[in-house]
Amino acid sequence: MPDDLIKLANLSFAWGEKVILKDINLSIPRGSVVAIMGPSGVGKTTVLRLITGQLSPTKGTVEVDGMCVSSMSHKNLYKMRRNIGVLLQNGALFTDLDVFENVAVPVREHSNLPEALIRRLVLIKLEAVGLRGAVDLMPSELSGGMARRVALARASVLDPSLMLYDEPLAGLDPIGASTILRLIRDTNDAMGMTSVVITHSVEDMMELADYAYIIASQSIVGQGTPEQLRENTDPRVVQFLNGEIDGPVPFHYPASDLHQDLLG
Amino acid sequence: MRSRYSIEIMAGLFLLLGVIALMFLASTATDLGSKLGKEHYSLSMRFLNVGELKSRAPVTIGGVTIGAVRKIKLDPVTFEALVIMDINSKFDQIPTDTSAAILTTGILGDKYVGLEPGGALEVLSDGDEITITQSAIGIEQLIAKYLFSVDNKG
Amino acid sequence: MSKTNSNMDAITKPLATLGRSVLFFGQILAAFRPDAKMFRAILAQVYFIGARSLVIIMVCGFFVGMVLTLQSYVELSKFGATDSVGVVLALSLFRELGPVLTALLFSGRAGTSIAAEIGLMKATEQLSAMELMAIDPVKRVVVPRFIAGVISLPLLSMLFTLLALAGGATYAINIMGVDSGIFWGNMVSNVGFQSDFMMSFWKSLAFGIIASFIAVFSGYFTTPTGDGIGRATTQTVVVSAVVVLIVDFLITVLMTWT
Repeated sequence: MPDDLIKLANLSFAWGEKVILKDINLSIPRGSVVAIMGPSGVGKTTVLRLITGQLSPTKGTVEVDGMCVSSMSHKNLYKMRRNIGVLLQNGALFTDLDVFENVAVPVREHSNLPEALIRRLVLIKLEAVGLRGAVDLMPSELSGGMARRVALARASVLDPSLMLYDEPLAGLDPIGASTILRLIRDTNDAMGMTSVVITHSVEDMMELADYAYIIASQSIVGQGTPEQLRENTDPRVVQFLNGEIDGPVPFHYPASDLHQDLLG
Repeated sequence: MRSRYSIEIMAGLFLLLGVIALMFLASTATDLGSKLGKEHYSLSMRFLNVGELKSRAPVTIGGVTIGAVRKIKLDPVTFEALVIMDINSKFDQIPTDTSAAILTTGILGDKYVGLEPGGALEVLSDGDEITITQSAIGIEQLIAKYLFSVDNKG
Repeated sequence: MSKTNSNMDAITKPLATLGRSVLFFGQILAAFRPDAKMFRAILAQVYFIGARSLVIIMVCGFFVGMVLTLQSYVELSKFGATDSVGVVLALSLFRELGPVLTALLFSGRAGTSIAAEIGLMKATEQLSAMELMAIDPVKRVVVPRFIAGVISLPLLSMLFTLLALAGGATYAINIMGVDSGIFWGNMVSNVGFQSDFMMSFWKSLAFGIIASFIAVFSGYFTTPTGDGIGRATTQTVVVSAVVVLIVDFLITVLMTWT
């Protein structure tokens, strides 16, 4: 059994002419919580979609559990995804189903368990995120943090071996954010999962992650444990970690000369 | 759970309503109703000219509908129009020397077939032909007849 | 973008849309594997799509029947042929107005809501979430709505025609004093089951496939923004109307000359 659950090798990805990622090498060991960080719009979510096979790389390979994702058949891809839980940016709960039914969706789809067992399974998962009491609410009645927790329960209901989180903290208040952080760590350690967290919130991740990658300007500019990253002197890493306005990532979007633009 | 169940009932009701409408329309507003569940036998007859007679036109005796025209075609040899009718099996005592004429309801109305029973003892049965026929008289022929007293082929 | 490039786009874009719709139609057919879950989903959609369109269909039908009778009665009375008013009404309803008007009302009432619903599911990443849970969104979201639409439209069309006949009969018999025996009797002897009733049925089935497909297609391939969803709903109504009227002509030609 390989030590790395996920392995991206020499990977490039482009939307038509526009290069998003170039020569990425990244591996994620089993059982760990790995953060992929970087400024907005550098293709962090693209990495997630490459891992789940929703996108195919222009060059290079994506391996999950020793199997190449981009060459998988549709059927095998779906089989692989049953073993992956994904928490999307805003939870993406089904708005026409209540909390209970939302969490039950993957179970109903992929098993023929009796109703009583489904109920028990769903309630256990909801209890784990502290929302057993909200079982009859509709998604529109939930706060952002609660919706995120329901989505977390739904993503982990089949006990996947890999959890992917896309910006799990975006738009949450401090209490909601620390709740999610603790849940990510707890589910990971309790279930022996591997977790990949995609985020731009530096401080929280430095606490949570075992290992982190920083992506900027199409490639990985820094990696290591949080301690190693703090000692990194690469200006791009320093800028991102400290949140400096100007630096290698410029404040200005590329433009023609200001004088020329204003004065003709 | 309960609300989902009631949605299914409503959907079922809608389907039922739609199917009822479908069958009701088919049986009351179309000629299917006059065919459904009624035994009939067919008779044929030949005319030099059927005028505006169309299939599904009523066939009557003494003004009462006893059947309908099923098909009108041209005999390729004699060039006579061959009319095939479906007659309700209730009326199975039509004598063999019955005559047929193509008549009109009102001046501009629809054409229909009128049968005039004769006095023969033998009766017509399925597939038989009525031999005594009178062709349709078109309105232009009528006018011509009265205005100019011209001898007409029709 | 250069000018030649946008000229090319004018040709390639509609072609690409056409190709994508053919592929999507195939995808829908491939994903149509009826099981208990799909059956329940279809039934629920029959309620949302069909049953909820019932009132508008029936009200419109009743008034269309009345106004049609009024108009043809006025003209027919000039020839002393008011006995045929039922025939005129029934033939125009069965052959054209029933299926066509129902299809247009359907795409305005149900088609837009299907397109908006699927478009919103796409914009809020619900479709993406399904894919990631290894659930085929075409099978669970698109197919039930499509099939329910295909089932509902012919039934709605029949109900429309029925109510229109009722409206017409009410007007002709109760207000204009046409004998009810003559009204219905002439209708029965002049409306063919094969030629008129079945034409109505086949047309409404074809329109059901068209209007439902355009609705799910516009929703599924919408640009996932508020603006995009708005355009998808507009597109549903406009494209459905055009395609339905063109196909109506083609079916009529086909069924009249064979």
